[in-house]
Amino acid sequence: MRISIASGKGGTGKTLVATSLALSLMDQPRPVQLLDCDVEEPNAHIFFKMKQAGSQKVFLPIPKVDYDQCQYCGKCVEVCQFNAIALMKRTLVIFPDVCHSCGGCWYLCPTEALQPTPREVGAVGISQSGSFTLVSGTLKLGTHISPPVIKAVRAKEDPDSIVIIDGPPGSSCPVMTIVDGTDYCILVTEPTPFGLNDLVLAVEMLQVLGIACGVVINRDVPENDIIDRYCEDKGLPILLRIPLKTEIARAYAKGITLVESDPHWKPKFLELYQRVVREVAQ
Amino acid sequence: MRVAVSASGQTQLDELNPRLGRCEYFVIVDDVSGETWAIENTGRLSTGAAGIATATLLHNHQVDVVITGNVGPNAFTALEAAEIKVYTGTKGKVQDLLEQYRNGNLSKASGPNVGPHGS
Ligand code: SF4
Ligand code: SF4
Repeated sequence: MRISIASGKGGTGKTLVATSLALSLMDQPRPVQLLDCDVEEPNAHIFFKMKQAGSQKVFLPIPKVDYDQCQYCGKCVEVCQFNAIALMKRTLVIFPDVCHSCGGCWYLCPTEALQPTPREVGAVGISQSGSFTLVSGTLKLGTHISPPVIKAVRAKEDPDSIVIIDGPPGSSCPVMTIVDGTDYCILVTEPTPFGLNDLVLAVEMLQVLGIACGVVINRDVPENDIIDRYCEDKGLPILLRIPLKTEIARAYAKGITLVESDPHWKPKFLELYQRVVREVAQ
Repeated sequence: MRVAVSASGQTQLDELNPRLGRCEYFVIVDDVSGETWAIENTGRLSTGAAGIATATLLHNHQVDVVITGNVGPNAFTALEAAEIKVYTGTKGKVQDLLEQYRNGNLSKASGPNVGPHGS
């Protein structure tokens, strides 16, 4: 079972849901894996005081020029769709942070002046406690292309575990990378026009990808039904409502998960999980 | 020598657009011939790294000096490799900035002054 957790924008409570869901499933017969794929700002580890058991660097190939071989023909500049190479006054300049490692330039260079060389783009850390594993990806500072690091985190997925994937905010390329191939996507939103707007975009993306989804309303207030109306209209299940309460926000800010600060949430998250299992089985 | 100003229009009476990679036009003045003309900044339409594409465009138009507001790290590296000097201003009409440049009242950028995405 692979469940991705996404939201249109940052700060809606993805990690709040992901961490509490993972903790609520700890006594299930199957092991639990939490994958923190918010690689620009991984923060799930704050909630689990576990020692990192291992870490592994993620590399991507980028071109390196051998100036003695280069004939300044400009072929590489022409082929690069990302402007990662520029030819100026007989110097070839490579911009590693915009290179997408497609390999076009070194395949097409007529003189083999370009050679792929590894560039560190991030790291994947693993911590373990009993049957629970936390895998966190971190994008290296100065790097902007997160999908390769997300893929490296997802390569650690264990098919026999319940895998929970906490993704980056947004509905762009990195989010596609986290929902891809998952059985279900939990969308965390809040009852505001912005929340709705981002939810609509995320639901549209998931429909295109053919991934079933349900909604968690965070910071819910009884008098506001903006998300309810949309979900009813689209036939989307509302899996859980987390009310707007200062106690919740306060504990969370201190690095305490929802189920730890108030154990009565645990059966609710368990119920959420069982509902997801049922929805997937359908 | 050719001096280019990042602008929102095509004449010397148009305003400076301080965003190098995103400006609509460059108004170019040739000091020797005294000619003025404008080129469209096609670099701004590129999906990523607009600053690099813009620097390449200026290089292809044999520009020696560019007057703009914000230069990101990649654009700065590209302009440096192209041996294009960068002078920065804040606002005003193209002709005012050219005037300030000629009087030595604009400062030369010695490095990028904004982050990678122009922010
Ligand atoms: S590997 Fe691809 S993206 Fe990178 S510089 Fe070469 S052509 Fe451009
Ligand atoms: S394609 Fe090869 S030879 Fe041509 S400019 Fe690029 S690196 Fe130099």
